[in-house]
Amino acid sequence: MTKRSLAAAELPPQTQGGAANGLLSTAGRALRMRETGLVLIILALFIAMSFASPYFLTWTNMRAMAMAFAVEGIVVVGMTILLISGGIDLSVGSVTALAMVIAGLLFLNGVDPWIASGIAIAACTAIGATMGFFVTRVGLHHFIVSLAIMVIARGLCLLGTGGRPLGLYELPNSFKFIGQGAIGVVPVVLIIFVVVVVAFDFMLRRTTMFRKVFYTGSNPKAAAYSGIQTKQVVFLTTTLCSALCGIAGIIYMARFGSAQPTFGIGMELNVIAAAVIGGASLSGGTGTVFGAILGTILLSVVSSSLALLDVSVYWQDIIRGSILLGAVTIDHYLNKRRG
Amino acid sequence: MSADAAEIPILKITGLVKSFGPIRALRGVDFELRRGEIHALAGENGAGKSTLMNVIDGILQPDSGEIALDGQRVTIKSPAMAQKLGIGFVHQEIALCPDVTVAENIFMAATNSSRALLMNYAAQRARAAEILKRLGNINPAAMVRSLSISQQQLVEIAKALTLDCRVLILDEPTAALTEREAKVLFEIMHKLAAQGLSIIYITHRMAEIFDNCDRVTVFRDGQYITTMAVAETTPGAVVSAMVGRVIDDLYPPKQRQEDRSDEIILEVRGLTEARRFRDISLALRKGEILGLAGLIGAGRSEIVKGICRLEGEVSGEVRLMGQALALNHYGDSIAAGLVYLSEDRKGDGLFLDMSIASNVSALSLRQVASAAGIIDEGREAAQAQRLGARLNLKYGDIGQPASSLSGGNQQKVAIAKMLSVNPKVIFLDEPTRGVDVGAKAEIHRILRDLANRAVGVVVISSELPELIGVCDRVLVVREGRIVGEVTENDMTEDRIIYLASVGNDQQVA
Repeated sequence: MTKRSLAAAELPPQTQGGAANGLLSTAGRALRMRETGLVLIILALFIAMSFASPYFLTWTNMRAMAMAFAVEGIVVVGMTILLISGGIDLSVGSVTALAMVIAGLLFLNGVDPWIASGIAIAACTAIGATMGFFVTRVGLHHFIVSLAIMVIARGLCLLGTGGRPLGLYELPNSFKFIGQGAIGVVPVVLIIFVVVVVAFDFMLRRTTMFRKVFYTGSNPKAAAYSGIQTKQVVFLTTTLCSALCGIAGIIYMARFGSAQPTFGIGMELNVIAAAVIGGASLSGGTGTVFGAILGTILLSVVSSSLALLDVSVYWQDIIRGSILLGAVTIDHYLNKRRG
Repeated sequence: MSADAAEIPILKITGLVKSFGPIRALRGVDFELRRGEIHALAGENGAGKSTLMNVIDGILQPDSGEIALDGQRVTIKSPAMAQKLGIGFVHQEIALCPDVTVAENIFMAATNSSRALLMNYAAQRARAAEILKRLGNINPAAMVRSLSISQQQLVEIAKALTLDCRVLILDEPTAALTEREAKVLFEIMHKLAAQGLSIIYITHRMAEIFDNCDRVTVFRDGQYITTMAVAETTPGAVVSAMVGRVIDDLYPPKQRQEDRSDEIILEVRGLTEARRFRDISLALRKGEILGLAGLIGAGRSEIVKGICRLEGEVSGEVRLMGQALALNHYGDSIAAGLVYLSEDRKGDGLFLDMSIASNVSALSLRQVASAAGIIDEGREAAQAQRLGARLNLKYGDIGQPASSLSGGNQQKVAIAKMLSVNPKVIFLDEPTRGVDVGAKAEIHRILRDLANRAVGVVVISSELPELIGVCDRVLVVREGRIVGEVTENDMTEDRIIYLASVGNDQQVA
């Protein structure tokens, strides 16, 4: 007898429309609407900025922007999936830095850079598994566990390097290629990013494995009552997010040619903001990789625009924060109207 | 109430209209509440009952129409104002703070409007004790979390009573209560009415109207249909007014004697869980609907969840068609063909923000996916449409979120989810809670249809008329044990209540 059920009562009893069509509508439509909205905002920013600054639409600037969001975008993918399952990870920045530091230290001690990278990514995965253990087996909250790991991982970075960046001048070109190279005119970083995004977007929408992530985040108890092992799902999404941080860390290392123990401070806020602007909910159950990436692109275009317009760095955080607040407010009202 | 009947009614509503966008929830309804009467408001989901109550409580503002309280025209702008006017509302969903005491909950509103700097807990407790005395035995210093649902409901009523209310609205208060608890509530209601309180009682249940109310008003599709004195009408007439057509049989026909089969579908032997139930043995025969009755907390749900390995450390044997099952977790049970429909549809039955199709496929993703685990959305939608058609599910679009459906249709989605795996045995915990009369009858028919197709059906219900109307056999559970079995002529409310509350320790094998 609420507004909702009345609305349902007024709907035509059955539609004969194509099955797949049916699935994409309503539920999909809300997300699609958001994604279209984000694309329009990004386009509007592009047009406005191309008038405001002659440098904006240059190849150099586009490339710089793409490089900026591509690597962080990989972390955003992991965060989005974790958010959908109902978790959150504050440690992404320090785990990314830790991947660099571990790989960097191993390399400086004579380990082959590829093997060193593999070990670093495995270490990050193990950190994610540790968080997953504390969340699902011990029963602590993601927020607290990842806060602790954020501090511990950062501490390990500083401990391993004495707080100084590690210069990795001897890195072979073949390795640096993943961070600095290009195939034709397209940076390798961007290719890796696109592959990761397309793969996870597809898996999230279409595979049974990731559908369970949605069920778990939407209503953990109903998921358990559908025979889904929700703890396993949360363990995996937590681990996956840290593993993707590890991959991002290695790409950063290849790009910078160094390992920076203080890299990624505050990254978690940017990453969570991007995912949320793109439609992920902190209460789990909703979100898309595509939307989250649009959120990342939006934040990155805004940063780049502000820099080109000579806006003080200090203002940038204020503006980014305001965009986040605005986006979730609009979202909140749209949700209210829908439901 | 007879002498005062000619007086000005305590609450009179005339021509109330309320629309939500294009949807007209109330199309000019009238309603009249007399002093000291218990007045039932009946109607299916979507009839406009809750909308009207929300208008009376000041949560919603009407588009037009009049509300008169004690002959005075009033505009109720907020729930706070409704309280000041003496309107108390006990919502269907309990809204108490679980981690503070009963007394603090009762005086939440008073604390909110108080000017005092410090809390006077002693005085508060004393006053709470006084009010609670009218309602039963509840300790004002107890934490709300420690109370049973029925006690919490009484706290909600106490909360309304502290506000010196003249009109008390109870929205389906017995939905979560057992028969016995409901009885206590009705006694209290009669006592309060005798003291001059006027009560609006919203319900779906005919028995409650006819046992406890003075008059009944029926709404349908946002329109006022009729008001009748309970003494002068019949349940059939009220139900017909609610659904707008004659419902011949509230319950589907039971299994015929000659169709009885000795074939056992499911057999449970010596099922024990250390704290909640012990030595449960039962046999479910082909074609029958088996009921589980008992007071809330007796262990009915726990036993069924134990059989399905949904919770607890369970020992004992479960045999399906003679085969012993090795079950470690619920996933195994689903694979074997045992499924459980949870009693709390919104809390743990459905994924409300997800599409109907995704809800239906939650148990059976593998059936709509390729071997590599890629979901075929076309097949997923087709499965939901097929099961939806079988259950007569009303929806606009298979992709719409489950939250947009009415209670009865949500329940059908939950049942469709169970049916998607072609279960051998289906356990349903309170399958018609919060569902309107029409959908309820449909769900009962679905259950009978399943039983006729040789699916084992086990129903848990706190509504005895439902158990008696639907089941061929009912087992009574008390304190974690099966204490009796009733069939045919033996199957009466009195007998079941007796077994459930006192019991005669006649053990059933």
